[in-house]
Amino acid sequence: MKEEGNLENRPSNTAFTQQRLPAWQPMLSAGVVIPGFLVIGLAFIGIGVGLLITSRSIQVLELDYTGTETNSPCNKCTTLPIQNNCVCKLNFTIDTLFKGPVFFYYSLTNYFQSQRKYGASLDYNQLSGDLTYFKSPASDCDPYRYANGKPIVPCGSLANSMFNDTFKLYQIVNGKENLVPFDGKGIAWWTDYNIKYRNPDYSPLENAFNDTEKPVFWSKPAYKLDTSDSSNNGFVNQDFLVWMRRAALPNFRKLYRRITEGDYKDGLPVGNYSLEISYNYPVKSFDGTKKATFSNVSWMGGQNEFLGIAYLAIGSMCVVMSVVMLIVYAKFRFPEDD
Amino acid sequence: MLRWIRQQLGVDPPHQSDTRTVYVANRFPQNGHYIPQRFADNRIISSKYTVWNFVPKNLFEQFRRIANFYFLIIFLVQLMIDTPTSPITSGLPLFFVITVTAIKQGYEDWLRHKADNEVNGAPVFVVRSGSLVQTKSKNIRVGDIVRVAKDETFPVDLVLLSSDRADGTCHITTASLDGETNLKTHFSVPETSVCQSVSQLEALQAVVECQQPDADLYRFVGRITVIQHGEEIVRPLGPENLLLRGARLKNTKEIFGVAVYTGMESKMALNYKCKSQKRSAVEKSMNTFLIIYLVILLFEAILSTILKYAWQAEEKWNEPFYNQKTEQERNSSPILKFISDFLAFLVLYNFIIPISLYVTVEMQKFLGSFFIGWDLDLYHEESDQKAQVNTSDLNEELGQVEYVFTDKTGTLTENEMHFRECSIKGTKYREVNGKLLPEGMTDDSPDGSVAHLIGDEVLFLKAVSLCHTVQISYDQPDLPLGASDPFSHVNGFSSNHMEYYASSPDEKALVEATKRIGVAFTGSSGDTMEIKTFGKFEKYKLLHLLEFDANRRRMSVILQTPSGGTVLFTKGAESAILPFATSGEIEKTRLHVDEFALKGLRTLVVACRHFSPEEYMDVDKRLTAARTALQQREEKLQEAFDFIERDLQLLGATAVEDKLQDKVQETIEALRLAGIKVWVLTGDKHETAVSVSLSCGHFHRTMNILELLQQRSDNECAEQLRRLARRIKEDHVIQHGLVVDGASLSLALREHEKLFMEVCKNCSAVLCCRMAPLQKAKVVRLLKTSPEKPITLAIGDGANDVSMIQEAHVGIGIMGKEGRQAVRNSDYAIARFKFLAKLLLVHGHFYYIRIATLVQYFFYKNVCFITPQFLYQFFCLFSQQTLYDSVYLTLYNICFTSLPILVYSLFEQLVHPHALQSKPCLYRDISKNSLLSFRTFLYWTVLGFCHAFIFFFGSYILMGEDTTLMGNGQMFGNWTFGTLVFTVMVITVTLKLALETHFWTWMNHFVTWGSIAFYFIFSLFYGGIIWPFLHTQDMYFVFVQLLSSGSAWFAIIIIVITCLSPDVFKKVLYRHLQPTSTQNSQQSLSAPPAQALSCMESLCCYQQGQSGCSRLASLLDQMTGHCKAGASNCHASSRCNRSWSDTETFYSNDRSILTLSPIEGTRC
Repeated sequence: MKEEGNLENRPSNTAFTQQRLPAWQPMLSAGVVIPGFLVIGLAFIGIGVGLLITSRSIQVLELDYTGTETNSPCNKCTTLPIQNNCVCKLNFTIDTLFKGPVFFYYSLTNYFQSQRKYGASLDYNQLSGDLTYFKSPASDCDPYRYANGKPIVPCGSLANSMFNDTFKLYQIVNGKENLVPFDGKGIAWWTDYNIKYRNPDYSPLENAFNDTEKPVFWSKPAYKLDTSDSSNNGFVNQDFLVWMRRAALPNFRKLYRRITEGDYKDGLPVGNYSLEISYNYPVKSFDGTKKATFSNVSWMGGQNEFLGIAYLAIGSMCVVMSVVMLIVYAKFRFPEDD
Repeated sequence: MLRWIRQQLGVDPPHQSDTRTVYVANRFPQNGHYIPQRFADNRIISSKYTVWNFVPKNLFEQFRRIANFYFLIIFLVQLMIDTPTSPITSGLPLFFVITVTAIKQGYEDWLRHKADNEVNGAPVFVVRSGSLVQTKSKNIRVGDIVRVAKDETFPVDLVLLSSDRADGTCHITTASLDGETNLKTHFSVPETSVCQSVSQLEALQAVVECQQPDADLYRFVGRITVIQHGEEIVRPLGPENLLLRGARLKNTKEIFGVAVYTGMESKMALNYKCKSQKRSAVEKSMNTFLIIYLVILLFEAILSTILKYAWQAEEKWNEPFYNQKTEQERNSSPILKFISDFLAFLVLYNFIIPISLYVTVEMQKFLGSFFIGWDLDLYHEESDQKAQVNTSDLNEELGQVEYVFTDKTGTLTENEMHFRECSIKGTKYREVNGKLLPEGMTDDSPDGSVAHLIGDEVLFLKAVSLCHTVQISYDQPDLPLGASDPFSHVNGFSSNHMEYYASSPDEKALVEATKRIGVAFTGSSGDTMEIKTFGKFEKYKLLHLLEFDANRRRMSVILQTPSGGTVLFTKGAESAILPFATSGEIEKTRLHVDEFALKGLRTLVVACRHFSPEEYMDVDKRLTAARTALQQREEKLQEAFDFIERDLQLLGATAVEDKLQDKVQETIEALRLAGIKVWVLTGDKHETAVSVSLSCGHFHRTMNILELLQQRSDNECAEQLRRLARRIKEDHVIQHGLVVDGASLSLALREHEKLFMEVCKNCSAVLCCRMAPLQKAKVVRLLKTSPEKPITLAIGDGANDVSMIQEAHVGIGIMGKEGRQAVRNSDYAIARFKFLAKLLLVHGHFYYIRIATLVQYFFYKNVCFITPQFLYQFFCLFSQQTLYDSVYLTLYNICFTSLPILVYSLFEQLVHPHALQSKPCLYRDISKNSLLSFRTFLYWTVLGFCHAFIFFFGSYILMGEDTTLMGNGQMFGNWTFGTLVFTVMVITVTLKLALETHFWTWMNHFVTWGSIAFYFIFSLFYGGIIWPFLHTQDMYFVFVQLLSSGSAWFAIIIIVITCLSPDVFKKVLYRHLQPTSTQNSQQSLSAPPAQALSCMESLCCYQQGQSGCSRLASLLDQMTGHCKAGASNCHASSRCNRSWSDTETFYSNDRSILTLSPIEGTRC
């Protein structure tokens, strides 16, 4: 017989080696789950109601200005070949105060910004202001890499296809058009504007673009996007930034302006309005539509019934499930009791 | 000339003859044409790689795996064509997997290198140019004379030349080779044994001729030619002259030997064979699932490609004005475009094949298998042996066993023999207090029995005490302590510091018994055997030893009696001796033998034969001729033995009891309750086997025992089988037991396999007796290949079980007394049969659940991962736009979701181990690979698809309404959409596993919540920096923007709950409507409050009243897993409580009569 101390091979007696670490052993039994589901269900129903109310309180006004219908004011712009300075006016009435701040969006449908080649067709180095890439843009930019033998800046399909309709909103007061002031700041992500995109460190900015070509679809070069405000010009032009943030889905909305100033900072008062559109962007070729949208936002963003409905639905589902479980529980009890 | 070059280059093997000629001390003959043979050097190379070939060879090995090769192909495709993701996304995980595996293999190889170097560099003494030279082991060449001192191991296979003893013998143990701890005597030929000094050896001129290297440890055929005074003397060499590398010299000061087999040609090295790879059922289903997923992948890729072209048929989608194609794209051939699109989709969806599955499974198996060795319940204190895992590939197979094939001797029994009875000349005797009492007599004459012994009895005792191969050791301290019978001291057998060492426990028991009775074997020196018969010494000259072998089933010695006569004593199985007996009480003895066997005793029959001098001359000649034959020596020996061992005079029979091991009955009962059929395969007699079967609970008294015995012809056998099949149908007995013997079995297997299987399947217990080792393997194979393909397990302890152990799906070795052969060839080794219950019912169950969930979960999480990507193609014109960023694609399987499942698969305990052990029927819940059945697989896959749809369309509807989700009115882009889906996915997939987890240790908490936290921290970090080396900065601040939206948070919560709540609902319903027995026992476990360790406790188990400081200490303790005194009292106490309450709960409602006692709670 061996001595106790001689047992060299004896495994060590620890909780770990003996597989008995202290452990919590939860069990999904009816007793735990039914109250849980009930609580979750009720909570969700409550949240759902709250979300739905919040969402319902948001006002949205959507105006289609594609001009496919013949009676549409913008119809003339579609029938003519693409031309500059086709302007059409859309009149509309606001019945109740449209609470501010009001956000003005443009929407496109059937437009696939999510295509891979399209999305990759840009040169990030250019857009962060690296001048060497002004001379030789990345090959991703093809077929918008060179034009007339000169490099395109900003190159690529994405930049090239930038949305170029412009809008002006007038309130018609006593037959007179009062321009509603648009705020073009704060429509792009703060980080895009301040960090991700950079103009070349050049003054005047124009000189950095020497020996380069503007994107072929553009009417003016990048350094002239907003000549009135140098901090909104070139690559940090907020309209440009908004466009460059690709939409995930083929029907999308992009923020165009905010109405935060002057008489309209509390919202659009009751009255007649006229939206003047300079119609440049062609959508007919792909059966797209263009819309202008006014909306105000809550803490949860724009009007979005989905979340509220989803919470209500899942909440009631949880309650129903807990009732079913309760019935089963009452009928069958613990199976090992019998 | 050409031939010479080719030989030098190693193209042509140099002259392969059947024998090798070794010139002792490499003194080649001066004259004559002598072609030097080339031998390997004495370097042992067990390593697989060298520094130079490691990288290419290891890579080659790894890419032979289909999964790795697949990912390599994907990687190459990404390098070649324009694909949506950069090659890094699949290159990095592949690199990771390859590196992890390479590091593991490299480390193992490094260990082997180290071990090799140690062995090869060990100092040895070699006789060279007249003196003893110390050199390194690897420098020994064939022909060198090597000196080995006491207790050293032999560095090469040596032919013994001389020892310090005059008779040239030495003792060795071969424990490290075959585990046999007894001392074995090896001999040198007389001509060389005189050369006891270096100078004498220098003068020795000898040539050894022997067979080419051969892996059989017990076979060596050769001869030595010694040139003495110009005269050649030829002597035969056999295994008894060969000292094997790895064996150890004992009881002998030093020996000289000539090296015959070196390095990789030594018998030990030749026995390093690669075991055939056994693959578990789980691995097979895993591969099936992989193929199914490959099909899904191909289907998705083809569908996407077709849809893409269907879509593009319309001009406006083919090339909208905002996304013009380049000239090159327009001009490339449509077929090429189609193929490259297909490949691009393949690359996009390739993550559906879980790349890290194999590496995780491997790690799980490797790490998880430690728990078997660590288990104290599988540790045998008496022999200080713990369970041993030889392969970790089969852990989960332990949970799938349907048939157990067990050996009897040494497996069910202790293999610890005690002499009980004997039959001499037709009279039965019992041993009582060291005296032999005839049947019917009582022990009333305390001192008289000695005198009563008459001639026949003495002859019988002498035969028993002389016919054996037992060794005696006098000097205790030199022996490996406790290597042999540890009880011998207790029983007082070892008076005068004399102890018997035998390779067969039967022999030892018999010799010990005769010593007690009065005929003591006192030792053998050279060829003299000495016995002390009632105080009188008698010397016998051992003329020949006819060794035991399994085919003959007997052994004999030929002795010269002190009076000058020549006598043969033989002993063996009754079937091997009775047919050759011509005189003596044959019928009575046969009857007695059967009676002994019925009592479960092991019987041997003893006989003798007296030779006249002429007869002996003939016998001697035949034997010598057979022994020196170089060709077909074995056959010739067989012939000689058969010639000698006949016309026997029957002396009697012995009966030895082999005690049953502890708790065999309980274990067999537990296995049966677990739905496992137990077959006992034994070489024993039918009666012995049946009685042992009955006593160990394998057969019940209530069982209807069917017999298929002694069938001589095919027809008879078929007829009997049909009869049995009818009886099974007609007899209204619940359980049937079948007894088959070896001969009938081979008949049944030859022609009537189907019928036999039919009968077997309806029997709850089958006993096969009189089985040869190969027959055991055959039975296993028969079951294994039967249409149901059941999982088989073979358990045995001896060399005769090796074939069956290797044949079965799982082979288990018992670390018993019959050497290590079985242990070395097994997949798992345990010390006692009773451990099998825990090994299968607890460890097997756990491993199976763990790995099955692991596999299913892996597929699930990859479906969840890739399906949204597929769905997104419908919203990006099938342009192969990825939904997630490349970094997320890469890290999903490596970082975000890898650890929880690994930890789960190491620690999960569905039910408390006690419940598993005390309720063996739980084992049925997982039988037939149920957790990997197609239904479960479908459930997981469909669940994965459902979840993926919910992630995707939930996010889609949220974003698809075109409204802003942020309070500042700004819009999200495509990357935010993808990140939302990804975030929801990581959380859901992690929580899904949390729902599956039943055993939350602190590690589970840590990795589960840690993974989610890591995902958030990583994303914040990754999105918070402009990474200079990245091509695009798509993800810059995307995650922060997402989290800054209240709607996104609400969406994440609702989507996660939507995914998981039906699952919870389903689980609860199933638990209450159709509870499995496993779930029932979970429930009953939770009842006693003592076990209800709360979540808090599990994170930090502390005693009330402990201060915060000591709480921290105990927490630290748990982190290191140590169960130290004091701080861990709570473990012990809760453990104790648990085990007691377990007993109450289970014994009350379990029909089993189990007394598997709960593990002591006080151990800690």
